[in-house]
Amino acid sequence: MHELSIANALVDQVCLEAKNAGAARVAEINVRMGALSGISRALYFCFPSAARGTACEGAILSIESVPLTVLCTHCDAVKTPAALYNFRCPDCGWPTPKVLTGREMQLVSLRLVDETRERCSRPQASPDPIQGAVR
Amino acid sequence: MCGACGCQPSIGTGQSPQEGFRRVPNDMVLIERDILSKNDRFARENRARLSAAGIFAVNLISSPGSGKTTLLVETMKALKASVSLGVIEGDQQTSLDADRIRATGVSAVQINTGTGCHLDAHMVGHALDDLSLDNGSILFIENVGNLVCPASFDLGEARKVALLSVTEGDDKPLKYPDVFAAASLMVLTKVDLLPHVRFDTGDCIANARAINPNIEVLEVSAQSGAGMAEWTHWLTTSARRSAAEAELATHA
Repeated sequence: MHELSIANALVDQVCLEAKNAGAARVAEINVRMGALSGISRALYFCFPSAARGTACEGAILSIESVPLTVLCTHCDAVKTPAALYNFRCPDCGWPTPKVLTGREMQLVSLRLVDETRERCSRPQASPDPIQGAVR
Repeated sequence: MCGACGCQPSIGTGQSPQEGFRRVPNDMVLIERDILSKNDRFARENRARLSAAGIFAVNLISSPGSGKTTLLVETMKALKASVSLGVIEGDQQTSLDADRIRATGVSAVQINTGTGCHLDAHMVGHALDDLSLDNGSILFIENVGNLVCPASFDLGEARKVALLSVTEGDDKPLKYPDVFAAASLMVLTKVDLLPHVRFDTGDCIANARAINPNIEVLEVSAQSGAGMAEWTHWLTTSARRSAAEAELATHA
């Protein structure tokens, strides 16, 4: 369920960037998701609903997957665990709680489109729903 | 499959990137910011506010029905004479949990998330406005019963605690690893039921430590009182340690 919260957070952040840049629409959104976030597919699924009625509507979402890597302090080297959540060095078996990559949930870049100026907020985020209805 | 769920962008959005857009030169903007940065900003504000007020906050995460509220009610009874306490309750609906806490004489604020499956830092910030807690207090934030989503949302707490009841199965840490990876402590609850269920405590702890080698473990029954002294001791010592860490951080 929280993938919808994350999709909404992404859309809000992108809309703010677009607004600050004076862009009316967003053509492409590139994000980076670590293997441990585990929601790439769910984010693709939720994104169109979260984007509806905003400057992100119709934008192409591209997700770059980042593999899990950990630091083994025993081998003093970067390692890839045998499985997700197996936080042990695959070579020496030492616990490796320090995750170097794999937890990312990051907005990387945007391709903005300077069409006509439009409002860039989500309809349901309107501070005054009654005013919104009258309009 | 992918066409149906939309996970392949060229199919899911139904148009090519150029369609309907006038491309402008140099229109690629580099951002590189966490998607949950807004939540994280609220969480940092909460953490600074709690630290400045001398309040130790614990975020309790578990499945529904693992005994979070029952453990809290017994914790209130055990600690309220010696420590100032407060509770923020998160549930989709009702104020039943906050009512149970208030019945012990401790103040509680109920957050109803509606369709939401987790608390976020913004909700907790507003709940803090409604609680007046003394310096040296312990604040319990009982998250929405859910072993998945709450792990992703920092609330500004000092410690995350994962609860797991022995009726749920000793393989839970492997199946829902995020929460156990993020928690400082795993509390095994309802241990009075151990004679009646197939639950291997040793296996469960090994599973949790495979996910998080540093996780501490306590075995507790709020019903019988077993392990309650260790749990309240963990709370008071962690509160002192957290205050010392905050002190060091301000001088660093």
